Amino acid sequence: MGGLAFKQDMFEKVSRKSHKTVEIKRPTIRYWEGVWHRLRQNKLAMTGLIILIIMGIMSIVGTRISGYRYYEQDLTKINQAPNSDYRFGTDELGRDLFSRVWLGTRYSLIIGICAALIDFLIGVLYGGIAGMSSRGVDVAMMRVAEIIYSIPHMLVVILISVVFSTSGTGTSVFILILAMTITGWVPMANLVRGQVLQLKESEYSLAAESLGASKGWILKKHIIPNALGPILINVTITIPKAIFSEATLSFMGLGLQPPSPSLGTLTNDGLAGMAVGRYYQIVIPSIFISLLMFSFNVLGDGLRDALDPKLRR
Amino acid sequence: MSKYIFKRLLLSIITIWAVITITFVLMNTVPGNPFANENRRIPENIYENLIRKYGLDKPKSEQYITYLKNIARFDFGESMRSDAETVNEMINRGFPVSAALGFEALLISLIFGPILGTIAALYQNKTPDYISMIISIIGVSVPGFLMGTFLIQFIATKFDWVPIGGWGEFRHTILPSITLAMMPLAQISRLMRSGMLEILNQDYLKTAGSKGLTKSVIIMKHAVRNAILPIISILGTTISNLLAGSFVVEKIFGIPGIGMFFVNSVFNRDYTLIMGVTVFYAIVLITMMFLVDIAYTLIDPRIRLIKGGH
Amino acid sequence: MKKKLVSFVVVLLALVMIVTGCSSPADKTGGKNTESPKKKILRANNGSEPGSLDPALAQGTHESWILENIFEGLMTFNENGELVEGMAENYKISEDEITYTFTLRDGITWTNGDPVTAEDFEYSWKRVLAPETASGYASILYCIKGAEAYNTGKGSVDDVSVTALDEKTLEITLEIPTAYFLELTAFYTYFPINKNVVEENPDWAKDPATHVSNGPFKLVEWKHNNKIVLEKNEHYYNKKKIKLDGIDLDILEDQNTAWQKYRGEEYDLLIDVPASVVDQLKQTGSPELEIGLQVGTYYYNINPDVRPFNNAKVRKGLSMAIDREMIVEQVTQGGQIPAVGVVPPGMEDENGNDFRKSTGDLIEYNTEEAKKLFDEGLTEEGMAIEKFNNSNFVILYNTAESQRKIAEAIQEMWREVLGIKIGLENVDFQTKLKREQSGDYQVSRSGWMGDFMDPITFLGLWWSECAFNDVKYNNPEYDALIKEAKSTNDQNVRMAAMKKAEAILMKDMPVIPIYFYTQPFTVKSNVSGVFKVPVRYPTITYADIIE
Repeated sequence: MGGLAFKQDMFEKVSRKSHKTVEIKRPTIRYWEGVWHRLRQNKLAMTGLIILIIMGIMSIVGTRISGYRYYEQDLTKINQAPNSDYRFGTDELGRDLFSRVWLGTRYSLIIGICAALIDFLIGVLYGGIAGMSSRGVDVAMMRVAEIIYSIPHMLVVILISVVFSTSGTGTSVFILILAMTITGWVPMANLVRGQVLQLKESEYSLAAESLGASKGWILKKHIIPNALGPILINVTITIPKAIFSEATLSFMGLGLQPPSPSLGTLTNDGLAGMAVGRYYQIVIPSIFISLLMFSFNVLGDGLRDALDPKLRR
Repeated sequence: MSKYIFKRLLLSIITIWAVITITFVLMNTVPGNPFANENRRIPENIYENLIRKYGLDKPKSEQYITYLKNIARFDFGESMRSDAETVNEMINRGFPVSAALGFEALLISLIFGPILGTIAALYQNKTPDYISMIISIIGVSVPGFLMGTFLIQFIATKFDWVPIGGWGEFRHTILPSITLAMMPLAQISRLMRSGMLEILNQDYLKTAGSKGLTKSVIIMKHAVRNAILPIISILGTTISNLLAGSFVVEKIFGIPGIGMFFVNSVFNRDYTLIMGVTVFYAIVLITMMFLVDIAYTLIDPRIRLIKGGH
Repeated sequence: MKKKLVSFVVVLLALVMIVTGCSSPADKTGGKNTESPKKKILRANNGSEPGSLDPALAQGTHESWILENIFEGLMTFNENGELVEGMAENYKISEDEITYTFTLRDGITWTNGDPVTAEDFEYSWKRVLAPETASGYASILYCIKGAEAYNTGKGSVDDVSVTALDEKTLEITLEIPTAYFLELTAFYTYFPINKNVVEENPDWAKDPATHVSNGPFKLVEWKHNNKIVLEKNEHYYNKKKIKLDGIDLDILEDQNTAWQKYRGEEYDLLIDVPASVVDQLKQTGSPELEIGLQVGTYYYNINPDVRPFNNAKVRKGLSMAIDREMIVEQVTQGGQIPAVGVVPPGMEDENGNDFRKSTGDLIEYNTEEAKKLFDEGLTEEGMAIEKFNNSNFVILYNTAESQRKIAEAIQEMWREVLGIKIGLENVDFQTKLKREQSGDYQVSRSGWMGDFMDPITFLGLWWSECAFNDVKYNNPEYDALIKEAKSTNDQNVRMAAMKKAEAILMKDMPVIPIYFYTQPFTVKSNVSGVFKVPVRYPTITYADIIE
């Protein structure tokens, strides 16, 4: 091939560490500052954030405000409509719904956030690794995920919560979260893998790869930030999903152990009152669930807009 | 392509075998037996007659082999709770019902989800965006059991043309399919919105715009096509979940689908039914996943089924 | 931005208006069967799908309610709820009260036209007892001589003392005199099936087309998990007593939806009425509500192997701290009756009086005494109250709304009155049963429904040899009394023994009775002739619809 001959000594091996691979990134600090700045501009997202903060604080202190503990029953004062004494009314056992709703918010938040966090961590790790790996590994990993996901969700949830319920405590919050996340991370992993596969072949990834960037580096600096939008949206869907799963389990009687309420068990309890027109028992916890969802959703959307590198100007 | 399909088929069989094994272990770990009944307590000797009748007195390993053999012939056996129907008959009867309902719900969410999402993206932070947002928030924030009960309480009891519950005519499907559709509809519209926004801001669309293409052409040709990708990725599970029916919706509306079996079989420890619905669900899910993968490659040539070939 | 916010609010308001606009009351008139006004069809809900419509394999009320309308036993309940001859024309009981001879009516036929014969009865009962049939309810035939031995594989079918002497005569010999045997022959496991049909087609009961029965109605349609249609049986010997042309039964599990259907005029009768609705109907004095009598007791098992629950004073203290009046009024709300013993009201003693009334109240509510007894008991067991509270004791109950509410109420009563901390644990029914059997519980929710109207169906439960004696109560004095009551037909002796036995039981308090079950149901005002026999679901066989 022509007269030019390549010899080994004409080349020098460059280690990745000794050489800064690609330096086309902006400083990280300014990036997050920008995110926060853009998020603040988004009134809806800020409304959601404020609601979440208020609900978060109230879920901690709100249970003490009314002076009635969440488990105290007064069977002479059952099913009272909201009044000055019981701001949200009382339930079928004469318990103060104000205290119970805030405690329910606390448990629902714990369940939703923990489940979403676990799904997120496992999903991103698993999906990311699968997407970046060689084809064989990818196929094997996705096969395992598929097997786990092919077992009907409810079946697993019920079986896990029955198998792991320990005598004395029953199905604890921890078991409940475990049961819900044991198959719940798979969609996230699928999503991340799909994104990774798509972005892996994008021009900038290819460019980075040809410049000698490691897979991990590309994943961290290019793919994850780019995939963050869909992932974040999925997280904001996962939180209500987890809160729902728990609510649906309550509908089947497998929710949180009484007397600790979750918004799910409270709405389910409220169903009984609906047939006879005691709407406050169901409307109040329903509004709380909806407020939580609304906030997570608008915050998620706002974050998406703020984080999206493509929207940076 | 045929080589690929063959490989997928082989892998699917392995998946189903793994699912059977896991389910078998799980259901045998759970305490209880299919014959205990809340209203009726069964004396020991009668219980022995029953377990003999259903072959549960045999060692677990033998039961496992029997299951595998029968499932290989698509024979799911006798339900331990019903003498009127076999598990095959139950699935044959329930699946069309759940599938019809699921299909209707899917249609609703596939028509309105993308429309809502597209409108929201095109009018980002304007009124239509908020309307679409509210609809999707209702979708993701009202649990199915609440939605169903509300619909019955406030719609079905007021209007004659929507029945309160039951199954038979088209009008029976209206409320349950709306209930079922809310969640995927919301999900799809949100994915559509974010996907569209992403694409609308990309350079090639700006290029297309500068080339003088009209806005609608840009949207149809580029934005929608690209935004639909993440939707397809969730479609596999969405469809199989819709087809497999929903326990909550079927219970509330009194629909004779298979969704109930997933929950009731576990509570009743109806081993053959648990196995039957699990395997059935796995088959549906795997098929859907496969179809989604195919759809993925058709829409996005960047992803190839087999490296290098197409 | 302001404009956006405004439009956002407008949209929200519009949505709110849509929702609230829907809640304005509007009357609904439709629902009546308009297609043929002449036919009288009773519409109701059967709750859950029957597992089988073969009397031998049926196990619960969702099956028996249908079976009782399409089959008839030797004896049956007439339109006044009295036990009368059904398939039997008359019967003779031998001197020693062990041999029963039934003579069948003339002109009784199956829905396919075959005559009902004594041989059919013999065949049916022996089929129930055959171990291969694996009938879950075979034990109810154990009072027949040789039945238990055959069913458990220890005896032969030839030793079962049921014999068709000729086409019309059936002779039965019992193990021991059984006062309630006549009533048992009206029970669904004793219903006959058509021998020829069953032998020809083992799957006869699966399809309405091949289903053959002998009762007032016949099965014409069975859409699984959807609906069951019964039609008047024109072959039925007593068809002039039957006013309905048919019965349409939905299979709808959700209580709330079923209630909405009843309210929307889609049902004429509703059995499983939501508790909150029952309470409301009770308070408004609705004429549609009826609180049917039931023979059942709801009680808590106390595990005697766990200290300090082995102490009778502790158990009595726990019992006395429960305000049962409050529980039935405010918690269960279904018109239940506070328990004052283990035997529910409705059963007769030797003088024809109510056994419950003549035995008197054996349970009291007394918070001071409760605290005193409980503390004494604890001291006797050398246990401090702190130790008790730190022991993680729980009330175990199976997953259900009603169980949870009761458990929560009792938990709180014990906390208030006795100052004790006891947790709650709900598990599914199967797990609870397993835990009870292995003794892995402290307090567990339980209940018992009587199969026939004799106190022994309850008191026999705590006989040390009874398979369902969950708390493994073992008191020789009690056992002797139960044996005495079981082995004679002399009502004076039996009732005296059982009254004594119940008093002993309530002194020891191995279980804490909470309330006696009732069965509230609603019937539209244009439906007449529905009544309730305590051991059965409301009888709709003789109902009539007035237009």
